[in-house]
Amino acid sequence: MAGLELLSDQGYRLDGRKATELRKVQARMGVFAQADGSAYLEQGNTKALAVVYGPHEIRGSRSRALHDRAVINCQYSMATFSTAERKRRPHGDRKSTEMSLHLKQTFEAAVLTELYPRSQIDIYVKILQSDGGNYSVCVNAATLAVIDAGIPMRDYVCACTVGFVDETSLADLCYAEESGGVSSLALALLPRGGQIALVQMDARLHQDHLDTLIEAAMTACKGVSKVLDQVVRQHLQEASTLQE
Amino acid sequence: MARVKVSEAEKVYILHGIRDDLRVDGRSCEDYRHMEVETDVVSNTDGSARVSLGHTAVLVGIKAEIGKPRPLVPDEGYLEFFVDCSANATPEFEGRGGEELGIELSNTLYRVFNNRSSVDLKSLCISAGEHCWVLYVDVLLLQCDGNLYDAISVAIKAALFNTKIPRVHMSSDEEGGKEVELSDDPFDCVRLNVESVPCIVTLCKVGHRHVVDATLQEKACSVASLIIAVTHRGTVTCAKKMGGGSLDPESIFEMTEVRQTTRNDLGFLCVYDVSLVQAGKRVGKALHAPLMKLLQQEESLGKKRQKVGFLG
Repeated sequence: MAGLELLSDQGYRLDGRKATELRKVQARMGVFAQADGSAYLEQGNTKALAVVYGPHEIRGSRSRALHDRAVINCQYSMATFSTAERKRRPHGDRKSTEMSLHLKQTFEAAVLTELYPRSQIDIYVKILQSDGGNYSVCVNAATLAVIDAGIPMRDYVCACTVGFVDETSLADLCYAEESGGVSSLALALLPRGGQIALVQMDARLHQDHLDTLIEAAMTACKGVSKVLDQVVRQHLQEASTLQE
Repeated sequence: MARVKVSEAEKVYILHGIRDDLRVDGRSCEDYRHMEVETDVVSNTDGSARVSLGHTAVLVGIKAEIGKPRPLVPDEGYLEFFVDCSANATPEFEGRGGEELGIELSNTLYRVFNNRSSVDLKSLCISAGEHCWVLYVDVLLLQCDGNLYDAISVAIKAALFNTKIPRVHMSSDEEGGKEVELSDDPFDCVRLNVESVPCIVTLCKVGHRHVVDATLQEKACSVASLIIAVTHRGTVTCAKKMGGGSLDPESIFEMTEVRQTTRNDLGFLCVYDVSLVQAGKRVGKALHAPLMKLLQQEESLGKKRQKVGFLG
């Protein structure tokens, strides 16, 4: 791409960050009173709202119920004004369905579904503003929402999108970097055990670089988990002081 | 809409309370709940606003694009509405569940806002017959606790106030064709005049009285409601009746007298008869002045304003 350098000689990216620096994360839990759990998370300019309903009885066909664990139902959708070009359909297109399945897979690995047989947990994520790393921001917001709903999980689920350019791994890509021809990899991690819930990459990458890229992603995810932990503790402190 | 189950005893309780001008949360029949309005929440739109009315939360984003004007009115731009009832509000809206409500809401919004008495559509024209501004107004329903029309109309008015349309000028290229050029300065923009944009007031008939800003519980007790779009001068621009019940024609059409309230010794209010339209006009007119004042105050803070969004 002529003109824009994704990584300058001094080691700065397009928005002035260093290669391993994450964007500013700001989050709040308990945004909506009517839902069982809700959270709002901003990572740089990407803003996502996650809402959790459940566990409750299976809606719709009873045949989908599992006798030994809960069914997790996710829907990923974007607001029509979230992207630079107006999006005509908020959800229902192929990309949204694929993202919903990815989210479902991620949370099935983390949530203790064995505690709620024959029931359903709904996780709805809405992207209000999209500036790269949509999947990661969704997962982080949904983690906070699930914690807000009081549903037990094995660990925080933290996700990050990383890219590889000029022999360096860039953590937490923004939209300009994602569309600038960087091989990007999205990783969802359960930080304490170091277990990977989901890895997704659809670009060309030499296999020698794969290990470094995954290492960089895991480090970035651990950074995100520290921030999320702080948010949860602060929320609990606020909630408990008010109740006293 | 999200359904709330109300028992018969609860219905009677709510009915009796409203008859005596006292609702479940302590409001009188013409009081709104606590309303929060904030503009410029989404930065990659041309105008946006967030409104929360009690537990109802609505987010509106406006994007301006250049398009071809409608053939019948070549010197005017137009507005396009899209209401997204997201699954955040209630799980029933998942997938295509919220489409029906969304289409009903957007059809009503077209009737209320997309006409030249509400918005100055002529100012959206760039060159007659060829180019005009099309404002895509996208409404996102985040939480549903009754009274969607009011919250959406306040949010649309605030978002239109916040909309910054880039300035364009026409230039002709070598072959004589016309080209539209956007000005290079990102701060060089045109603002819309939202003085005459109406606000919608929903009046629900509960028993023999009407309430403004009904919650879901009160809605479950009402049989019919009337939606009135009122401008700041008190002009009614659009009226629509919703619901399966019937409204007394005398109460809809203008009744000029308002029988005075007389407090007898026990302090009860006696016959208090107001027509629906008069009540709606009064409430709607009273809504505009504080809203414009708040929007202008927010605007005057300029860059120093701390954007709260959903984080506050």
